[in-house]
Amino acid sequence: MVGIKAVNHQFGQVSLRFADWTILQGDQWLLLGQSGSGKTTLINIITGLLKPAAGEVHINQTPIYELSNAELDKFRGRHIGIVFQRPHLVKSLTVGENLLLAPYFAGLKQDRARVTEVLSSLNLADKVSSYPTQLSQGQLQRVAIARAVINKPALLVADEPTSSLDDKNTDAVLDILISQSRLNQSTLIVSTHDKRVKERLNQHYILD
Amino acid sequence: MNALQISVKDLQANKLSALLNVMLVAFGIGILTVLLLAGKQLNEKLESNAKDIDLVVGAKGSPLQLVLSSIYYIDFPTGNIPLKDARQLAANPLVKKAVPLALGDNYEGFRIAGTDTSFISLYGLTLQAGRFWKNKFEVTVGAGVAARQHLKLGSRFYGAHGLTGNSDIHKTHAYTVTGIIKPQHNVVDNLVLTGISSVWGMHEHEEEHQDHVRPGQPEPFENGEKEITSLLIQYRSPMSVVLFPRMVNQSTHMQAASPAMESARLFSLIGIGADTLQWFAALIMVISGISVFISLYNSLKERRYDLAIMRTMGASRLSLMGIVMTEGIMLTLVGSVIGLFVGHAALQLIGHFQASDQARLDGWAFDSAEAYLLLTGLAIGLLAAFIPAVQAYRTDIAKTLNQS
Repeated sequence: MVGIKAVNHQFGQVSLRFADWTILQGDQWLLLGQSGSGKTTLINIITGLLKPAAGEVHINQTPIYELSNAELDKFRGRHIGIVFQRPHLVKSLTVGENLLLAPYFAGLKQDRARVTEVLSSLNLADKVSSYPTQLSQGQLQRVAIARAVINKPALLVADEPTSSLDDKNTDAVLDILISQSRLNQSTLIVSTHDKRVKERLNQHYILD
Repeated sequence: MNALQISVKDLQANKLSALLNVMLVAFGIGILTVLLLAGKQLNEKLESNAKDIDLVVGAKGSPLQLVLSSIYYIDFPTGNIPLKDARQLAANPLVKKAVPLALGDNYEGFRIAGTDTSFISLYGLTLQAGRFWKNKFEVTVGAGVAARQHLKLGSRFYGAHGLTGNSDIHKTHAYTVTGIIKPQHNVVDNLVLTGISSVWGMHEHEEEHQDHVRPGQPEPFENGEKEITSLLIQYRSPMSVVLFPRMVNQSTHMQAASPAMESARLFSLIGIGADTLQWFAALIMVISGISVFISLYNSLKERRYDLAIMRTMGASRLSLMGIVMTEGIMLTLVGSVIGLFVGHAALQLIGHFQASDQARLDGWAFDSAEAYLLLTGLAIGLLAAFIPAVQAYRTDIAKTLNQS
């Protein structure tokens, strides 16, 4: 379960207040709002990347901002998978090695069989030894999703994952996010201002 | 995956820059290795060759030349001294031991030294085979001479006039090898030892036949009086240090030279060049440190997003700092190891092409001080990587991701 309560954040003179939000384990939500409405800020706060000025964030009953920095890093690595708008992979590492970074940094077992399993489920099994520069944009985004789900996170968050993709790839990426979150019984939050995405999930948290 | 693999992969992705840094460090460490080992080996050779010789007495001239020729066998003697005068000095109560030397000939570049049994006790020589010389034209050769000239007991050879070259061979008498000395790891390994009478005998005969006496050259037997090249002297008491050299220099036609003082003078002369090289190597090390710093700093600018993504996967600040530090340390450590290897190889090469056998440098000799060179490389890597590592530590994930 994910919950935010009385969260607000200050950017210079701009103050952002977020309505309380409770998400049950396995739910799939869209976080909607125009550019500049604070979607990315809220995503960063939920994922433990940005400490809010005030308020509480709980993930699986853990108040994440009460953890020490090192504990929060470890918690994030083990329980949260994040997909960004730009599918950034480490260029010097192969696809397989990029995926192994997630269990390494989370302090989990680096299981090559799991790498193959995840890549196969995304039709990328043959790309395990390829370098990021050898992949298309759509393939890169799928690898980024694979990296986010390899540790079977309790919470899968995607921040504008489709904004740079065409319709076909947008559908494909959303299909993958939805299916992977179901497969791992992860809670899914997709932040977007992309109108093509609105109809894909029923539960919406809207920022004004 | 681990921090080391991530660092190695990143360095592999920036091969040229990494190679340049490694080469710079290797060059600096290589020079320092050569200086360290050459200095130590020369010093050891000088000390080992000088043994307990307190003073060398020979003909007037350069004291350094006298010491170099009579102890290290790497220069021409300053001339000859009358045997009668040498005997008087040897009998002086201030002298504990006096070892005569008669130089002038060589065999294939190895010096033939005429001396007596006091030379054996001075260097504590023991035999590998055979016996020490006893009769005229018998020789006992050093282990190095035997090995390089394939000499065995009973081997016969002709000596040549002069300290190098074999253009003027004494063909009237052949030397016979009666013994081979155990390796001494000093100058004796490269000497052919014989009795003084052999040297005199060789030249007496030559003189009679007027074979090779040239105008202007010092003659071994001036006015029919026997001469030797020098006397190696051990003092009887510390008081001799003050009195004896002064007495020789002021009241005889000979000169006294102290090996310790002349060696120190030689080192101070060589030291100027060595110091310059040392500063040059230190400068290269500083430049390599700056180069590693710049390359890590630039690489970090390109990898800021990589590092931020790693943080989102659970990497702690210290992990990122560790990755950057590992890269810096690896660059300088690999450079240092290659530098040590290059230094040893260079020393071996220098030793191979050295004209003189007496102070031949050995690239296979290792020294514990080389560990300090590795530590220096490590320290430079740590220093160069510190600022970039701190920057990696301070990476603001949210800000970096938003900027991208």
